Amino acid sequence: MAAPELLPGPGGPGLAGTVSPGGGGSVGDVPHGTTIVAAVCDGGVVMAGDRRATAGNMIAQRDIEKVFRTDEYSCAGIAGAAGIGIDLIRLFAVELEHYEKLEGRSLSLEGKANRLAGLVRGNIPAAMQGLAAVPLLAGYDEDTRKGRIFSYDVTGGRYEEQRFASMGSGSVFARGSLKKLYRDGMPADEVVLACMHALYDAADDDSATGGPDLGRRIYPIIATVTGEGFERLSEDEAGRYAQAVVDERLRTPDGPPAPLDQTTS
Amino acid sequence: MPFYVSPEQVMRDKADYARKTLARIRSGVVITCDAGILFVAPNPSRALRKFSELYDRIAFAAVGRYNEFETLRKAGVRYADMTGFQYDRRDVTARGLADWYAQLLGTLFTDSNKPYEVEIVVAEVGATADADQIYRIIFDGSVGEEHGGFVVMGGQADRVSDVLKASYRPGMSLTDAMTLTISALSVQNEGTNAEPVTGGQLEVALLDRSRSHRTFRRLSGPRLDALLAEAQAGSATATAAAQPAAGADAEPTPSSSAAEQDGSGGSGPAGSPEADGSAGSPEGDQGEDQ
Repeated sequence: MAAPELLPGPGGPGLAGTVSPGGGGSVGDVPHGTTIVAAVCDGGVVMAGDRRATAGNMIAQRDIEKVFRTDEYSCAGIAGAAGIGIDLIRLFAVELEHYEKLEGRSLSLEGKANRLAGLVRGNIPAAMQGLAAVPLLAGYDEDTRKGRIFSYDVTGGRYEEQRFASMGSGSVFARGSLKKLYRDGMPADEVVLACMHALYDAADDDSATGGPDLGRRIYPIIATVTGEGFERLSEDEAGRYAQAVVDERLRTPDGPPAPLDQTTS
Repeated sequence: MPFYVSPEQVMRDKADYARKTLARIRSGVVITCDAGILFVAPNPSRALRKFSELYDRIAFAAVGRYNEFETLRKAGVRYADMTGFQYDRRDVTARGLADWYAQLLGTLFTDSNKPYEVEIVVAEVGATADADQIYRIIFDGSVGEEHGGFVVMGGQADRVSDVLKASYRPGMSLTDAMTLTISALSVQNEGTNAEPVTGGQLEVALLDRSRSHRTFRRLSGPRLDALLAEAQAGSATATAAAQPAAGADAEPTPSSSAAEQDGSGGSGPAGSPEADGSAGSPEGDQGEDQ
């Protein structure tokens, strides 16, 4: 299925005014501005993404959505050029539905991951021009009854992640934060809180990642995928988690400290 | 082989050929009710389907030669997904699909040596029952919108349709629609045993009005069994109540109360005296046609 042409005319480095969920369009800049985190929880997986889109040093949008339901048992987040990324995910979701209707069954999670890799690879020409978009896929595997996470690189390479993963310009900070907060077998609500903290830490250190906007009630998009299917937290629910994180940070600005060793916790 | 055949003869032969096949298969029914649009057909196969999802609120129903209507179904799914992707999901309509199928089938009828032996229905469930749309497209590309609230596809359509016409009421419940449909389909079974219908013999699907996004649902397994049990219990109580109720009900036409009373003769939906009385017509070959 052919993707509609979205690219501007032959561009080059320094595409001014390109809206991207975090860095500008020029090849020299950090191409994947944003932070998306995903973490396996008991019975599924959680994905969270911030809401900021930047163009150069300006905030282009405060409430952009970067985490999407792709089908009943999977979701994806994108980093990179917003237009490319959103359309990539949109095409991906339509392809999943298309297969399901034609064949009368859903694709396996592996099949979905492979297909997404193919779509990302198809975008290499644009990526070489500076319009890169890279997804993070999280889904519920109905065979193993576990959540699984797949990360990608700009060439379409597909890598399965264990436990948790992060992507985007703030991913380095989010991953460090999750390293200290995450434990195996956490229930979904605890994983959501850990992801919120991770995004908060990413926003703390990366200007291209936005923190929770309590005044405007703009919170990270949080989605869970379990045996019950895809569920996106409502604004109120996300707000409660965001408030909990902010309250904690008022006490300890760098977040809940992790014990130095297991015995002294 | 004659050297020359008139075009009228060619067309007539093609149409007769397709019509003969379609008359031999067992009918399927598409019927609107308060819950949405219900699809029921005899189908012992669990893998080969007559009813399928086309889009969010649009379903595809077909009878006839399986490989031919499967091709049409897949083409329709492709068309719907492409249109929905290029424009928006709201821009995929049953009317557009019906037109497209009509063009496709019309061209096929004229250009091929053998027409597609199929009859298809494209149905779209609306927000309310009066917004429901049902389009029927037959093998030569003729398309019609059905306003009566139900369509009988293939087989002995007239006989099945008569039963439906007598008792159909707009806004009837899902259970009542199921009861009516089973009793209507059973007119094809005269001459065979009058056992109650089981879920394994039927293919049932529903475009569920109350769902958001994708409304197409297959009813099977325990869910279908429960609905059938309700429907068959409903028909039993309806026959018991038919006598006293016929006078009290404000039935719009006398024929509908007559139909209910006739049903009281049998113990199950297939036991109506009218069916037993008429000479049974042989059931067609079920091998390749569904």
